[in-house]
Amino acid sequence: MYVIQFLSLWLIPMVIACILLHATYKRVPTYEAFVEGGKEGIQIAFSLIPYLVGMLVAVSVFRASGALDFFISYIKPFIVPLGLPSEVVPLAIIRPISGTASLGIVTDLIATYGPDSFIGRLASTIQGSTETTLYVLTVYFGAVGIRKMGDALKVV
Amino acid sequence: MVNFIWVALLLIGLVFAGINGTMKDVNEAMFQGAKEAVTISIGLISVLVFWLGLMKIAEQSGLLSFFAHLFRPIAKKIFPEVPSDHPALGYILSNMVANMFGLGNAATPLGIKAMEQLKKLNGQKEEPSRSMITFVALNTASVTLIPATVISIRMTYHSASPGEIIGTTFVASLIATISAIMIDRAFYIRRRKKGGM
Repeated sequence: MYVIQFLSLWLIPMVIACILLHATYKRVPTYEAFVEGGKEGIQIAFSLIPYLVGMLVAVSVFRASGALDFFISYIKPFIVPLGLPSEVVPLAIIRPISGTASLGIVTDLIATYGPDSFIGRLASTIQGSTETTLYVLTVYFGAVGIRKMGDALKVV
Repeated sequence: MVNFIWVALLLIGLVFAGINGTMKDVNEAMFQGAKEAVTISIGLISVLVFWLGLMKIAEQSGLLSFFAHLFRPIAKKIFPEVPSDHPALGYILSNMVANMFGLGNAATPLGIKAMEQLKKLNGQKEEPSRSMITFVALNTASVTLIPATVISIRMTYHSASPGEIIGTTFVASLIATISAIMIDRAFYIRRRKKGGM
């Protein structure tokens, strides 16, 4: 545990130090390069707004209307026989769709059943082992202005 | 496909709201969702500017292509269309490393940069290339070594061993990644048979 805390604390500063030392050694105009690269960041962030607004509004409407809960209760009977505790089923379904919602569910499950219970550990693993698929798709394709996702949607 | 999913999410939601009597919540949710999206995008500016600035330095100093070089043996198998030593591979590799350590803040800008490079390779076309699809599929599955957020939640609730889930998370994400690569490959072969893309 100590090693991991140490790593996650030191990794980013070490990476930054490496980049800067190497660049200075290679006589790269570091500050100018930084500014030049950073400018792109602003543009990307702004061009992302419409993609994210579209997706997040759709997801929140779907969730707030009760449609998501309905689908979960419908799918549940098929998943429970696979050995997944029914408390965890909503999390498994929501995780790819909404990051904030699934984080809320995980926190709730851990608070209710305890972090070291089977449910707590299972929920932690589900939350940790995957990305919010919908967000990744929207952000990555949105940033480069691709509207047709093609097979990517089916693959993920 | 996206169009269909998007409209379906909204319309099904609206119909449900009508039946369930949750129209009030839905009205709120619409504006809440839009607001959240803008907050996320604006919040991304800080990390995007910082990491893209740093990566520009790494690109100019040649550190990124050095990274790409190391990655070549595996990359050739997963991304056969990307020329070796291309900066795209450097960005892909750094994105994956950031993901492994649960550094979402750093991973997103690197991933976006990788996508830009892949788009350039694809002649700036509107459709995603094979490598782009592979990359996004890999990213949604992303091999995770340290799920930082979850560990911190577990610590908050006084887990006897907050890091206990590292092993299970690693195995689960590894299986997901391998399946992603295989499914992606299967879809590619199907596309090629059809003669499309």
